[in-house]
Amino acid sequence: MYIMSVVYNRKVELYEMSWVLRDGLRDSLVAAAPYGGPIAVMKESQCLSPSVRPQLDIYTASGVTMATFPWKSGPVVQLGWSVSEELLCVQQDGTVLIYDLTGAFLRHFSMGQEVVQSHVSEAKIFHSPYGTGVAIVTGSSRFTLATNIDDLKLRRLPEVPGLQGAPSCWAVLNQDRQTKVLLANGPELYLLDNTCCTSVVLPGGSPLDGVFVHIAVSFSYKYLALFTDTGHLWTGLANLQDKLSEVDTKIRSPPKQMVWYVVTCRPVCLPTCLSVHLPVCLPTCLYPLDEACVCVGELDGVRLLSPSRHELLQEVPLVCEDIFKIASMGPGALLLEAHKEYQKSSQKADEYLREIKEQGMLGDAVRQCVEAAGHEQHTHTQKALLRAASFGKCFLTNLSPEAFVSVCRDLRVLNAVRDPSIGIPLTHTQLYPLAIEVCVCVCRLVYRRLYPLAIEVCRYLKTPEYQGVSRILRHWACSKVQQKGESDEVMVRCISGRLADSPGISYSHIASKAYDSGRTELAIKLLDYEARSGEQVPLLLKMRRSQLALSKAIESGDTDLVYTVVSYVKNEMNRGDFFMTLRNQPVALSLYRQFCKLQEQETLKDLYNQDDDHQELANYYVSASYREKVQANCYVSASYREKVQANYYVSASYREKVQANYYVSASYRERYWWLKLKSLAEKEEWEELEKFSKSKKSPVGYLPFVEVCMKKSNKYEAKKYVTKVTPEQRVRAHLTIEDVEGAADAAIERRSEAEIGTVISHCSSSSSSSQRLLLDKLQRALTTANRK
Amino acid sequence: MAAHLTNGRVNLNILREAARKELREFLDKCAGSKAIVWDEYLTGPFGLIAQYSLLKEHEVEKMFTLKGGRLPPADVKNIIFFVRPRLELMDIIAENVFSDKSNSRDYHILFVPRRSMLCEQRLKEQGVLGSFTNIDEYILDLIPYDGDLLSMESEGAFRECYLENDQTTLYHTAKGLMTLQALYGTIPQIYGKGDCARHVANMMLRMKREFAGSQNQILPVFDTLLLLDRNVDLLTPLATQLTYEGLIDEIYGITNGYVKLPPEKFAQKKQGEGSKDLPTEPKKLQLNSAEELYAEIRDKNFNAVGAALSKKAKIISAAFEERHNAKTVGEIKQFVSQLPHMQAARSSLANHTSIAELIKDLTSKRSVQEHRNAFEADGFVFCPVASEAFFDNLTVEQEFMTGVDTDKVNTYIEDCISQKDPLIKVLRLMCMQSVCNNGLKQKVLDFYKREILQTYGYEHMLTLNNLEKTGLLKLQTNSRNNYPTIRKTLKLWMEDANEQTPNDISYVYSGYAPLSVRLTQVLARPGWRSIEEVLKMLPGPHFEERQQLPAGLHKKRQQGENRTTLVFFLGGVTYAEITALRFLSQMEDSGMEYIIATTKLINGSSWIKSLMDHPETQIP
Repeated sequence: MYIMSVVYNRKVELYEMSWVLRDGLRDSLVAAAPYGGPIAVMKESQCLSPSVRPQLDIYTASGVTMATFPWKSGPVVQLGWSVSEELLCVQQDGTVLIYDLTGAFLRHFSMGQEVVQSHVSEAKIFHSPYGTGVAIVTGSSRFTLATNIDDLKLRRLPEVPGLQGAPSCWAVLNQDRQTKVLLANGPELYLLDNTCCTSVVLPGGSPLDGVFVHIAVSFSYKYLALFTDTGHLWTGLANLQDKLSEVDTKIRSPPKQMVWYVVTCRPVCLPTCLSVHLPVCLPTCLYPLDEACVCVGELDGVRLLSPSRHELLQEVPLVCEDIFKIASMGPGALLLEAHKEYQKSSQKADEYLREIKEQGMLGDAVRQCVEAAGHEQHTHTQKALLRAASFGKCFLTNLSPEAFVSVCRDLRVLNAVRDPSIGIPLTHTQLYPLAIEVCVCVCRLVYRRLYPLAIEVCRYLKTPEYQGVSRILRHWACSKVQQKGESDEVMVRCISGRLADSPGISYSHIASKAYDSGRTELAIKLLDYEARSGEQVPLLLKMRRSQLALSKAIESGDTDLVYTVVSYVKNEMNRGDFFMTLRNQPVALSLYRQFCKLQEQETLKDLYNQDDDHQELANYYVSASYREKVQANCYVSASYREKVQANYYVSASYREKVQANYYVSASYRERYWWLKLKSLAEKEEWEELEKFSKSKKSPVGYLPFVEVCMKKSNKYEAKKYVTKVTPEQRVRAHLTIEDVEGAADAAIERRSEAEIGTVISHCSSSSSSSQRLLLDKLQRALTTANRK
Repeated sequence: MAAHLTNGRVNLNILREAARKELREFLDKCAGSKAIVWDEYLTGPFGLIAQYSLLKEHEVEKMFTLKGGRLPPADVKNIIFFVRPRLELMDIIAENVFSDKSNSRDYHILFVPRRSMLCEQRLKEQGVLGSFTNIDEYILDLIPYDGDLLSMESEGAFRECYLENDQTTLYHTAKGLMTLQALYGTIPQIYGKGDCARHVANMMLRMKREFAGSQNQILPVFDTLLLLDRNVDLLTPLATQLTYEGLIDEIYGITNGYVKLPPEKFAQKKQGEGSKDLPTEPKKLQLNSAEELYAEIRDKNFNAVGAALSKKAKIISAAFEERHNAKTVGEIKQFVSQLPHMQAARSSLANHTSIAELIKDLTSKRSVQEHRNAFEADGFVFCPVASEAFFDNLTVEQEFMTGVDTDKVNTYIEDCISQKDPLIKVLRLMCMQSVCNNGLKQKVLDFYKREILQTYGYEHMLTLNNLEKTGLLKLQTNSRNNYPTIRKTLKLWMEDANEQTPNDISYVYSGYAPLSVRLTQVLARPGWRSIEEVLKMLPGPHFEERQQLPAGLHKKRQQGENRTTLVFFLGGVTYAEITALRFLSQMEDSGMEYIIATTKLINGSSWIKSLMDHPETQIP
């Protein structure tokens, strides 16, 4: 604490509170959300007569009323805010009621059955990486934890030995991804986790005498402070391994509230503990406070909330200190001075500038001014600093403007949300730990239903439409559909008009909200605007609009979706209606037919019957009978296989013969001839074949005879038929029986160019003398044929 | 490993890497040793994303195929099911889980490409939903196939879209295109032709609205997206492809980038051993642009492949001859360093020479003597008519395409039916005639149908019905045949197609220029406005949409820089069409480069096959 002397602190007034509090903040439950969040105020129940209902008020950080309503449920023990700015009210019977910023009831949950009897004696609402949690201690000294209210899992912590009634003080710690409770029972400390309760001895030196009255954990769960009734203050790391300091504050009356006030801007993170009493006490200095106030721990300071004003107590950031310290000669201070002189048209500006330049510090000076501007609350100071930075920039050639631009941008947003009418006093330091700073900032505007400003911020920050404006509009539409009083048409026109051009709007989300609030017709109308059919269909089915769901599914082209609806409809309707529905949707019908073909043959028949589709019905019967035949054949073949095998060769030719005889009529004569001559050749009944050829004039000509013989490589038989072949086919017949000379003669006789060519190509590869002669002959014939 | 994906104009490896990353993330979610149970259908497409080595790195110890009954024993902590969202598969999974007695295991399901509420409902009904630790989806829509090719490998896409009116694939297409845009930037222009194209474009625009706000800030790689319905151009896949790659696909079928070939030609010929033990397993080869030689010849007309191969052979042997010139140690060292590359080139050359021979056997006219030799030497089934049939088939196709006698019963088709040639071949020709004639006359259609039913069996009634529903086969209505107009306006038939040094896309079918590619070509220059009339004759609407780009992402084009178009074929694309588009990209004055995407790589046969119904084998 002795090093503390170099730390400068400042108290910045954020707002003159515009609220009107009848009794100040005394005897009230007050909950203020971190990061400049809203404030909830409620009179403590024991201060009121049982017949009077307390009032619950929700204010912005500037004291503007956002909601106010009489409390109708049971007595409230603790108020608190979740990370998404929902108000949690922990009741004595263990019920936690959740409200939104506008005071609308959202939901509730219970901290367990046994609490109903034993009552909550104290509750704490804490934030962890998993979300917002609630911890309670009951009248029977048992602790129960819920680490995330959005994914509720209650954990009853083990009993603390020797604890009767409420502990003297306790706090929730977050260690090694585990939530634990540190509690003090008189002078003893215990650490409670899921499974056990361990007694803790503070490290570093003698145990403090006296009884622990306050435990405070820092904003980041890194540091811990304990205060005893003897005025001793112990500070250390929250893992209870290292002590930082131990100090005797000489304060005897226990402070009302103790909050961590962490210095972040120093190179080494030094904790300072601020115990608030009246007046506020810092180990090194005391701030006198004229009113009773509530302290709210922030990442980079403490907000002091009093009935008349709202202040930020903060350690002066290093850069600001460097610039504004009395008689500071830091480069930033000089630059600021230079700019002031410049505005006064004084030549001193040049002197100052030279001085900075000589030290080669102009870049640093600009950076300091830019950074300091970020930390300042008042716009005129911000402006002065930024102007100075801008002035300094003119003398530099290669300074990246990025920091300047981003600080300007951030400040513009911060100033907009800090405006008393909005009332979110965020500091620049707080903006960045919120990883996606902009989104959070915008979300909070959305929670407050400040849609126009949120959209302005998004547009200003050039957030992609998809992430920014669209989301805001969706939120707006969701809350819009829950409003009563407007007709569906007006509502739909209003919503679609606003949302028309924004990409990535999920209408189905809005529609399901509308459906949840009982407006089915509105939901259906809204669904019409949904681009993704996959999203439309399930909701439509949920609303029992299967016809509409079916046509939407078909529109999407996703056949699986169509099948899903069809199978749903099938179970829902009677058969006749189902068929009629399908009939109006040809795509669905044909898909269902496919399904039936594989799964329900009988249904298929009914379908065709209903449609009077005779063609398909016929096809159905054809395939059905063939299937039966195959089945029948299976039985036959099982018993008669041997017999069938024996008769196979006989029957094969016999069957064809029968077929042949059967078909013998004028129009089938050709086929008969083909069949017969093929089967005769197959059986090599050459005599029969010859007889057959002579029986009548062949309707298929005699080339087939040559070909079937050659198929069996019976050149001798084949030759018999060559002479019978018509002149047109004779060359080919000769070639088939490999009689090139005969082919040549026939070709020459025919004097056909093409045919002579064919023969030439056949004998050109050979080189015997007779072949060569033949070739000459053919060539000559070709030339004569050509001449003609 | 995936170098062939980075060669192209657009680095498709980004897409593959994104897919792999997601797979790894899922696998790491299931801690400990794993066994994967595969929906067999998925193994092929997954092979294009990740090899077994990647899975192994993430503690995948066993792999099984999904089938009913009990799971094979495996000493692993996690069982992961990789499945498509199909109800019948859910039943099998339930059976597997029920029969597995060990309690210490964790089950996971990975739905590909999307999880489905219907399936989860089914698992719930079966009472096993609670047994799964993780239910996740693996969004695998567009799979990079080659440097300029993306495929969804969705077998039934055409059937689903055009026959069953099931738009699941289209939804996945739209989703896939959104993923693509997330990686490669918003595509500013969308053109399309056809109902499905319209539907996909609508869904894309809708999804863009849904994601509004989360605009991506990637400089667009693609300038244009062209969505084409397969039913705008039914003709092209029916025609026999005549490029090298196309023919391999027509004859042997390329699945997921691999082809299986008869092993005989690939037997290692070692002196003194003879050819006693011929390999019986089919030879499996991967075909993509990673193989230098293949990249060179795949897009050639087959008639030009021989010359290219022999030229390559000369270069390689010349390279090997270099060693005699290598005198100094340095030179020898340099030669040796090139050896692996040269040897790879030589083996690649040997492979492709064999493939080319195989194809040549089946497609081109050969002397009888050669047949005889082939017969005696290899013990092949002697089949002198195979190549003739190929040639006759081609002739008929070309007749149809040029509009010769398309309104009469074609005798060749009749003969084919009489001879009971493969049904697919017959259907392919018949459909082609119908398409080229804008439908068949009642008499002709009835004749074909009767012939087919009586020859092949009445069960094919369903198939014929399917073909009619998709418009492949149709009855000519009163309107006149507009195919000749389309052919003339779009110059679909080029009389003087140059197969060796092509100057027009028609070389891929030796005369016929694929309609779909012509539409693409015209769109690039001079624009669709010039062919309004023809577009009206083709089914479905044509449209143009623009997607707003965020400010600052407008490309500043350099002088002479090519534009990039993504052509998406909804319902499948053939290799010949891809080749034609590659040809357009390479044309010096086109100013446009094409990346091709499709639901599935098809050819006429696999396409018709997907439309056939086999009542006997259907699951009751």
